[in-house]
Amino acid sequence: MPSNSPHLLQVRDLSCERDGRDLFAGLSFDLASGCAVQIEGANGAGKTSLLRTLIGSAADFSGEILWNGESYPKALPKLRESLLYIGHRAGVRGGLTPLENLAWYGASRDAAYRALELLDLYGFEDTLCQQLSAGQNRRVALARLFLPEAPPLWILDEPLAALDVAGVSCLQGQMACHLSRGGSIVFTSHQPVGLTPLQSIQLADYAAGDTVAGGVFVGGEDVHA
Amino acid sequence: MSMLDAPTGRRVAPGFGVLFKTELLLALRHRADIANPLLFFVTVLALLPLGVGPEPALLAKMASGMIWVMALLATLLSQESLFRGDFENGSLEQMALSPQPLYFAVLAKSMVHWMVTGLPLALLSPLLGLMLNLPAAGYLCLFFSLLLGSASLSLVGAVGAALTVALSRPGLLLALIVMPLYVPVLIFGTGAVQAAIDGYGYSAQLAVLAAYLAAAAALAPLAAAGAIRISTET
Repeated sequence: MPSNSPHLLQVRDLSCERDGRDLFAGLSFDLASGCAVQIEGANGAGKTSLLRTLIGSAADFSGEILWNGESYPKALPKLRESLLYIGHRAGVRGGLTPLENLAWYGASRDAAYRALELLDLYGFEDTLCQQLSAGQNRRVALARLFLPEAPPLWILDEPLAALDVAGVSCLQGQMACHLSRGGSIVFTSHQPVGLTPLQSIQLADYAAGDTVAGGVFVGGEDVHA
Repeated sequence: MSMLDAPTGRRVAPGFGVLFKTELLLALRHRADIANPLLFFVTVLALLPLGVGPEPALLAKMASGMIWVMALLATLLSQESLFRGDFENGSLEQMALSPQPLYFAVLAKSMVHWMVTGLPLALLSPLLGLMLNLPAAGYLCLFFSLLLGSASLSLVGAVGAALTVALSRPGLLLALIVMPLYVPVLIFGTGAVQAAIDGYGYSAQLAVLAAYLAAAAALAPLAAAGAIRISTET
């Protein structure tokens, strides 16, 4: 199996503040090819803010983020070529069908059909997304992860939310597959996800003023090494 | 099997054609959004003779100016929703994250906006000229000046729409931002029609409108792209 070119996301001493409130401080981790990081924390702990900082959509952070050795914001154009981000707002347009939505993301018709079929949306390809349920719309957004030309770095905000049991196991399978072919994933989730190697970061450990040196490892090898 | 294919390492971005086609498809599916500004345009101009009196000489004097001002307002009315839906469902953010320059996404949106507002306005203008007793010499010039001018309005309006997309009630602010930039279009648009009615040449005014359009096509999507980056940052 051909492997993807190695890449590296490095976060050094990252601190983030929102409206005068410190969300987290002193956060450092590395994310190499084939690895996943799960961000955990209570509601309002700053999980989404952290992800938005990582995708370059929040400029007010202190510390350093490097993509392949180049620091933000200079690295952002190169990062965007390798990034797939799915946020709370899924990026699915209600006035388009699932197929048209995926075509807008650059998918070929065949690839879009296959991705939708894998996500159990067979038969809904030509229904307007505004007529689909919330869970089905979520699946349309997640279908981007099932396209063969998916980029290497996935940043996913609550990817398992609104999915049923079959959807969760399907998505976990695809995430594991992505790691095995050299991709990497940063995601937030409140439920345990069976991925290896998985580095788990508790944002509560980085609450302002409280600096901890590294993440907690749930399984797999130490990516800092 | 597709799941085992290796990622290419570069994200595939849709080409300009796909962006344009998608925007056009969305616009055509929301027919009410197309019809409302046009109905507004026609209704207000139909009310005008009731307000100022139906004297043919008076209406003929006001016709070109009123048609132009109403075209401005109708465009402005439809401008507010240009990025709003995409902002709310997250696709505006996805555009900002795409490796393809945001310029093309904004250009596609502006072009489609013109096709569903400015172009029908220009096509309707002879009918309205007839309603307002516009002198015969002005029709052709009115059509061409609206055709060129409304394209500039769509492009310039996109900057205002992008700046105000994150606000909950942008209506008046959008008008305040965009209206001053509409002024040159209004001056040369009405100037051209007046010159045509008076029997002078009007190619100079149309040339200025075309130059404004060229500048707007080059610069407005850039400014709107910058504004979208600011609006999608939290």
